[in-house]
Order: sequence, then structure tokens, then C-alpha cells
Amino acid sequence: MSTQLTTPTDRGSAETLARGKGEPEWLVALRGEAAELAGTIAWPKPEKVRIERWNLTAVGAYEKPAAASALTELPANVQELVAEGTENLLIQRNSGVVWQQLSDELKNKGVIFTDLETACREHSDLVKPYLFQAVKMDEDKLTALNAALWNGGVFVYVPKNVEVELPLQAIMYNDNASATFAPHILLVADTNSRVTYVDCVVSDKSKVDGEFVHPSIVEVFVKPGALVRYGTVHSLAQGGVDMTLRRAVVENDGRVEWIVGDLNEGHTLSDTKSVMQGQGSTSDVKVISVGTNAQQMSLTTRAVHFGKSSDSNMITRAVMKDTASAIINGITKIEHGATKANGVQTERVLMLSPKARGDANPILLIDEDDVTAGHAASVGQVNPEQVYYLMARGISRQDAERLIIHGFLAPVVSEISVEAVRNQLQRLLERKLEG
Amino acid sequence: MATHFVIDGLKAEIEGKEILKGINLEIKGGEIHAIMGPNGTGKSTLASALMGHPKYEVTGGSATLDGEDLLEMETDERARAGLFLAMQYPSEIPGVTNSDFLRSAINARREEGNEISLIKFIRQMEGKMKELEMNPEFAHRYLNEGFSGGEKKRNEILQMMLLDPKIVVLDEIDSGLDIDALRIVANGVNAMRSEERGFLIITHYQRLLNYITPDFVHVMMQGRIVKSGGPELAQRLENEGYDWVKEELGIVDETVGQA
Repeated sequence: MSTQLTTPTDRGSAETLARGKGEPEWLVALRGEAAELAGTIAWPKPEKVRIERWNLTAVGAYEKPAAASALTELPANVQELVAEGTENLLIQRNSGVVWQQLSDELKNKGVIFTDLETACREHSDLVKPYLFQAVKMDEDKLTALNAALWNGGVFVYVPKNVEVELPLQAIMYNDNASATFAPHILLVADTNSRVTYVDCVVSDKSKVDGEFVHPSIVEVFVKPGALVRYGTVHSLAQGGVDMTLRRAVVENDGRVEWIVGDLNEGHTLSDTKSVMQGQGSTSDVKVISVGTNAQQMSLTTRAVHFGKSSDSNMITRAVMKDTASAIINGITKIEHGATKANGVQTERVLMLSPKARGDANPILLIDEDDVTAGHAASVGQVNPEQVYYLMARGISRQDAERLIIHGFLAPVVSEISVEAVRNQLQRLLERKLEG
Repeated sequence: MATHFVIDGLKAEIEGKEILKGINLEIKGGEIHAIMGPNGTGKSTLASALMGHPKYEVTGGSATLDGEDLLEMETDERARAGLFLAMQYPSEIPGVTNSDFLRSAINARREEGNEISLIKFIRQMEGKMKELEMNPEFAHRYLNEGFSGGEKKRNEILQMMLLDPKIVVLDEIDSGLDIDALRIVANGVNAMRSEERGFLIITHYQRLLNYITPDFVHVMMQGRIVKSGGPELAQRLENEGYDWVKEELGIVDETVGQA
């Protein structure tokens, strides 16, 4: 199974693989249907980024990893991501999960935190009603491909009225470019529950030298009155193409908070969307990105308002170095009937090189009169007056620019309420800016 | 060695227009010099050219501090050599807190591995802020962002106090200050007077000089120093304005480089 497929997969091999892994029949059928679809429908078409020029077919072959017996077996850059003293941790290596633990306290409360493959076998009654419901598998080739190939992954279920105080943490890493690396994350927060989930998606960069694709889907269901904080930091190797769709469906008075750090070395398609289905539902999105070398990125945030008095806020800030380019889209859609909705968005790009490129495209689509909405966008270079001012106090040009760049990102980073995410983001950010 | 700052025949232009047409000035440690003059005569250009603002090009002359040629240096090197300019329009830098900025500026003057300890830094900063009657919260605010005109000026003086320069240039430090703030700023400057430090105060009002008594007063017109004297010159300018100087020197239009 090590051949590279030009059409990423087909019905026969997807079904065979699924059966071989002992997946339930309903999932085998879904895999087959998705593989068929993947061969017929088109890749997504983000604004002004021609992803079809990226190597999108390097999905690799399924490689079942051996379970880790101790965290110390993991690569150093993975170990350092593990939150100190955490009891709730899941780690995926290439095509499968190698480590998982959940505290007895949370188990006793009925919380489920396991890989999605296990969840499909053991909790299919909880998984089936949600899997591929926020993101449909027939939306485009990317969604179909994930449906056909996803492996490992995460399933989180938090029962009614249960509050999970400490963050649940997942780390997904690859150390073999020719292994399929396609997580699917499904998180269901039942009525009036609360949960914080954080993950890091990284490469063991000393081992990954080929090209690979990371087609990933995140689905979050926020039931009435529930609160989900979702933090994610991506730092995949240069040969990787990261295509990640995140989507939350938020019911009455529910709230989702997304924190996304897109710090990959390779091309990136990142699309984060909150659908505010319910009355009084709210969403907050913060995206931070740093582009280096010849990286191309399409970073999109979307808020769709159906619920009355729903509220959304989206912020993207990106720093572009070298010849990197980023197209940043913010799309606020307020549907007819979503009276008293409020949607606000900001996109800002700071370019550090004359050859870097950044486009900010704020879009408001409003089909209801009784709403408020706002947007702001800016694209610019480091201001020479600011550099002069700092240098006039004895600070070197290099340090002055560094202060200004950190200052550009700090107002967003410092507002991240989950400490573990803030620290990880800060560290990976530092590394990428210095690199 | 006693501080010795010499400007000799300094010429500078902006966008091809010559503004400074040969400035000569000598400041020794312990001295306070004031440069006065109406708007548009090149006073602020002198300050910016000395500090190395990227928009100004020096086309002739020299400026040395204790024998070192400042004009050969980058802006940050001039600052580390001991030159400090309190700016008329300090930049706002979002996301960088005042205290992080101040600490970076102090550490830029120290060897790597010999950075100021956090405790010592905070103690120094808080002490100076108190002298300047600044609200402690300004330490955590982003640098100059949303500061009023007077708060920005006080913040400039705070930087001067913490960086301990040899030559201080105050560019219109009194503009936009109410009388209380003016007194506080002047007290800050007076507290810094010493035999090791020289001051160059640029202003077009005499009122600051009621609080800081200069040793020498110079009048600038048409990009040159046209008249020099003692503190009595400032007093006469306050009482009589600049017309008598123009008459005496046969100057019709005192400005320079205006379109």
C-alpha cells in the first residue's frame, strides 16, 4: 500500500482499508461513497489562491503506528508541547492514535475523549448523528477526501451540565511524509456544558522530508447554553500542504471561541466558520499567522447568522516575510430573520519585505435590516517613523522591528484566555519569526 | 571627561530643499542652551538631523560628542553615544507596553548577560514616574497609544530620566502642556541638570524658560543662528516679539524651505 495514487483514492481501496481496520459497516459505506465522490468533484476554490498548483494528491498510504508506552518515546518537539501534569491527553502519530488518557473524574462524569475511530466503534449512537453534518462530505474534493481517508482523529463528548475545567489536549504529528495524515475532530458539547479543547498539529521536522497533504476537518456542535473554547496551533513541515476546515454549529445561547495559529512552513488553506443557528448564540474567532519563504496561504474566517440577537467577532492578524503571500478573507453573513444580530470583523496584515504579499478581503453579506455589522482591514509595511523612534532610544534596527512585529500580534495573543494555548502559540510564533 | 558637544557648519535638507544653512553651536556639560525662533525657521529640523531622522539628509558640516562623529553613526548608535531627543511628536507603537519598551532601551546600553534586573528596573521606573506625577498604569499601556499630548511629553521626560544621556535635546517639549504639566516637566529637567550633561531646549515661547533658566539663548531664522545672548534675550523676545531682530538684521521673511 505504498503507491502514490494520482487520484487520491478509490472506492475499492477505501472500503478495503476501512474493513481491514474493523470499522462498522455504516462507516465502511460512508468511506466508499466518499472515495467515489472524491474522484468526481472539484477542489475548493478559495479567492485568489490557486491551490490546484499545490501538490494536493500526496495523501500517502495508511500506516498504523505502534502505541507509545511512555511519553518519553515521543520526539522532543512533541514532548515539549504536552501541558505539564495533564491527565487528559491524546496523541496521534501519522495515521493513528498512539497515546490517550482521560482522568477518572471526567470519565465518571460521562465525558468521552478518545480517538474518532474508537468512538465510531464504541459510541456510534453518539457519533453518527453528528459526523459529516457540520461539514458535508460532498461539498468538494477536500471534504470527500477527508471522509474517505480520515484516520485517528478525536471525539469529544461532554454531557449535559458538565463543566470540564482543565483543557483537553491533543497533539497530532507526522514523522513520515508518505503516511496518510488526515485527522477528523468531532466535538459535541451538550446542553449547558463547558469545555476547552486545545490541539497542536506539528511535524517531526527532522524526519519529514517529502511532500505530504494534511486534509483535516473539525466539526464542533455547541448545544443550547454550552461553551466551547477551541484552540489550535499548526506547525507542519515545509513539504506539507495543510488544508483544514473548521466548523461550529451553535445553538441557542451557546458560544464558541476559536483560537487558530497558522504557523506552518508550507502552503496553507485554513477556513474557520461558525454557524450561529440559535437565538443569542455567539462566536469569537482569533487567527494569528506568520508566513515565511515562498509560502502561500488562504486564511478565511466566516460567521453565518441565523439566530436572532446572535453575535460574532472575527480577527485575523498576519505577518508576512520574504516572498510569502496570504489572502485573508473575512465573511460575515447575516441571514434574513436574524434580527438584532451583530457581526464584526478585522483583518490586518503586516509585511516585512517588499516581495511579501497580503490581501485583506472583508465581506459583509446582509439580508436583514435590523442588524449591526462592522469591518476593518489594513495591509501595510513596518512604519519607518516607529522604527526611528525606537532607534532614537538606542534600540537596534533589528530589535526595533522585532518589537513592532510583536506589538502587532500582541493585542490578539494577549487576549487568549487559555494559558496553554497562549504559551504554545507564543513559543512557536517566536520560533517562526526568528527563523 | 567633561561632556563636549560641537555642531560645526551643519547643513541639512529635506526632499532636496535646504533647511539648515550652516549651524554652529557648542554645548559643554552643565550648560543649558535655548534655541528660539518663529515657526518654520528650521529649529525642529536641527533636532531631527542631529538624531538621524530618515527624511533628513545632512549635506555638510559635522556634529561631534566628546570627539566622536555623530553623523557617521546610525540613529541607535547616536542614542547609545549619549544623545537624547525628546520629540515633538512621539510615535505611537501599539502592542508594545511602555515598560517593555523602556527596559529594551535600557538593556540596549548594557552588555548581553548584564541586563538590568526586573526588580531594579521596576523600582527605577516607578520612582521616576512618581516624580513626574504619572499614573502607574502608564507603565502597562501601549507606548504612547491614546496618550494625550501632555502625557506623551511626560513620557518623553521619563525616558530621558531613565536613559541618563549626556546631551538632551528637547524639541518643543512645552507645546500642548498646561501650566501644571509644564511645571512637572520643568522640574524633571531641572532634576537632571548636572555638570556631566548639556541641554538644548528648542521652543518658540519663553514661558518654559521661566522654569528652566538657560545659560545661553540663540535665535534661529532662515536656517541659521542669527543672534545669541544670555537669558535676557529670551525675556526681550517674550516682551517684544521677533520683529526687532528681523529689523536689526534686515530680514523680511524669517522662514526657510517654505514653498
